[in-house]
Amino acid sequence: MVRYFAKRIATMVIALFLIALLTFVIMHSIPGGPFTSDRKVSPEVEAALNAKYNLDAPLAEQFFDYIGGLLHGDFGPSYKYPGKSVNDFIYNGFPVSAKLGGITIVFVLLAAIPMGVVAAVKNGKWVDMAVMAVATIGVTIPSFIIASLLIYVFSFRLNLLPTYGIDTWKGYILPVIALGGYSISYMARLMRSSLLEVMGQDYIRTARAKGLSEVKVVFGHAMRNALIPVITVLGPTIANLMTGSFVIEKIFAIPGLGGYLVNSVSQRDYTTIMGVTIFYATFLMVMIFVVDIFYCLIDPRIKYE
Amino acid sequence: MEPILKIENLKTSFMTSNGEVQAVRGVSFTVEKGEIVGLVGESGSGKSVTSMSILKLLADTARIKEGKILFEGEDLTQYSRAQMRKIRGGKISMIFQDPMSSLNPLIPVGKQVAEMIREHHREKSKEEIKKEVLELFARVRIPEPEKRYRSFPHEFSGGMRQRVMIAMALANRPDLLIADEPTTALDVTIQDQILKQLRELKKEYGTSIIFITHDLGVVAELCDRVVVLYGGLVMEEATIYDIFENPKHPYTLGLLASIPALDQDKSRRLKPIPGSPPDMTKPPQGCPFAPRCPYARVVCGRELPEMTEVAEDHRSRCWLLSPDAPDENNPFRKNGRAGEERRESHE
Repeated sequence: MVRYFAKRIATMVIALFLIALLTFVIMHSIPGGPFTSDRKVSPEVEAALNAKYNLDAPLAEQFFDYIGGLLHGDFGPSYKYPGKSVNDFIYNGFPVSAKLGGITIVFVLLAAIPMGVVAAVKNGKWVDMAVMAVATIGVTIPSFIIASLLIYVFSFRLNLLPTYGIDTWKGYILPVIALGGYSISYMARLMRSSLLEVMGQDYIRTARAKGLSEVKVVFGHAMRNALIPVITVLGPTIANLMTGSFVIEKIFAIPGLGGYLVNSVSQRDYTTIMGVTIFYATFLMVMIFVVDIFYCLIDPRIKYE
Repeated sequence: MEPILKIENLKTSFMTSNGEVQAVRGVSFTVEKGEIVGLVGESGSGKSVTSMSILKLLADTARIKEGKILFEGEDLTQYSRAQMRKIRGGKISMIFQDPMSSLNPLIPVGKQVAEMIREHHREKSKEEIKKEVLELFARVRIPEPEKRYRSFPHEFSGGMRQRVMIAMALANRPDLLIADEPTTALDVTIQDQILKQLRELKKEYGTSIIFITHDLGVVAELCDRVVVLYGGLVMEEATIYDIFENPKHPYTLGLLASIPALDQDKSRRLKPIPGSPPDMTKPPQGCPFAPRCPYARVVCGRELPEMTEVAEDHRSRCWLLSPDAPDENNPFRKNGRAGEERRESHE
């Protein structure tokens, strides 16, 4: 077990190094740099700026310098916002995104699991069809359209909720729904199909042959088995939602992490691109790792050697 | 004595998108107290559907359309869901074919057996129940019951899992045990141990058993009486002795010819029954076995024969048994040895 975990952590470090390398190479192969701009900058000034941030050094040297900083937990300075470091961005942006994402995850689970269970138990009945219809809409319509519709109905027409900002709890309602829409639909479908499959298993027939009520059969025998695939997708979903969605943050003017990444790409803010990418990758890998540990707890057949 | 189970003219169908599949088309038989009845037939003969109908464990698409299932004199087809739940696992319990998949993989086996007792005896304490489970484990010869109580199904072999299933089925001392091909998925030596166990249990508790199988060899070792099913109908019903020594249906002859014997001449091949079972969405109007029967005549395809009383406790559904059937190509007119005749006629 300990050896397995040590191995997992080692592979995570290697994966992170490769991700950093790949991002670095791709980033530098895009034309332009952080100090290229519409305004005419004299070659001397640009050269001086490049020299200041060591951007005139060979790429390999720059890369290993960066990795060296990373090992000390230093993501480097932002090239675009003088005086600010990438650490500041993550430090300021992540809690905002994580809070919104965390609320969304709770909302997703509370909505998707009951929806999937009801649909599966009432398989083929109108409840099932209604839930699946809603879920299909949720998967197919992009979040920015859902967000716009929500704003139109609840803010503009009914004037119930704010159109932007998360200063009060009311501000969270629309972004949470818009952000979670896809995940709810996806997970409800997954929960339904997984539970339906489990309900067809021999051991469910055994449970019924014991004289158990249908409620006990579903919750005592089927549920835990059916949750395994849901937990599998939960890891990446959590990582996704908590690291911020550029679209939703933009629409609702939420100062989260998602905005920094997209802006940094168009501005060639090298260190921010690197920093946010590595942060996201680390978070994702940790979440998947946590899911694997959860498997161990839920399914006795899984043993990590 | 009143039989413990009496099935009368049971008809069960599945409503599918391809129409109604008439899996069981009027099955009647009885099980006496303390008797082991073998329900024999190939896949699709209706034997599993018959047994599942008793406990109403069929899929949602299934319907019991007609007939009575009298258990201790009461008709189970009229029972409500709540009443059925009391019967399931209480007075009637079941063992299934595949022990590898019949236990919940995420729950320790001891708990799964304990649940069976708790469900029907709420008054028993946790310690009492655990003690009973350990006794059951010891009874079905699971070594180190105390240690095994907390084991998960994947830590058991197939034979051991089937023992857990048997322990579970016996937990509430049922009056009737339905065993649906309990040995089919196991290897032969394990099969033998399981059969021995069932025999012992019958002796000890006087439990009646319905044993479903396609293997007449297993039937010979275990059963008192045999009901042969084909095409959703009872073809022949007789004591174990009569089935092997004096079979009166061509389908039974076919089944007998297809089991290997130890003293069998190696040069002679086993005889499979040619053809395949009928399509039950359009059940044949005549005898369902007629298309595969080497003795079939015109009447067989046209009209379904009634059950004929051959002797006491021996009934068969075949036109060859009617008084006006011809002697020619009729295995039941030349004293006994019908099985041999059939073998020769196919050589």
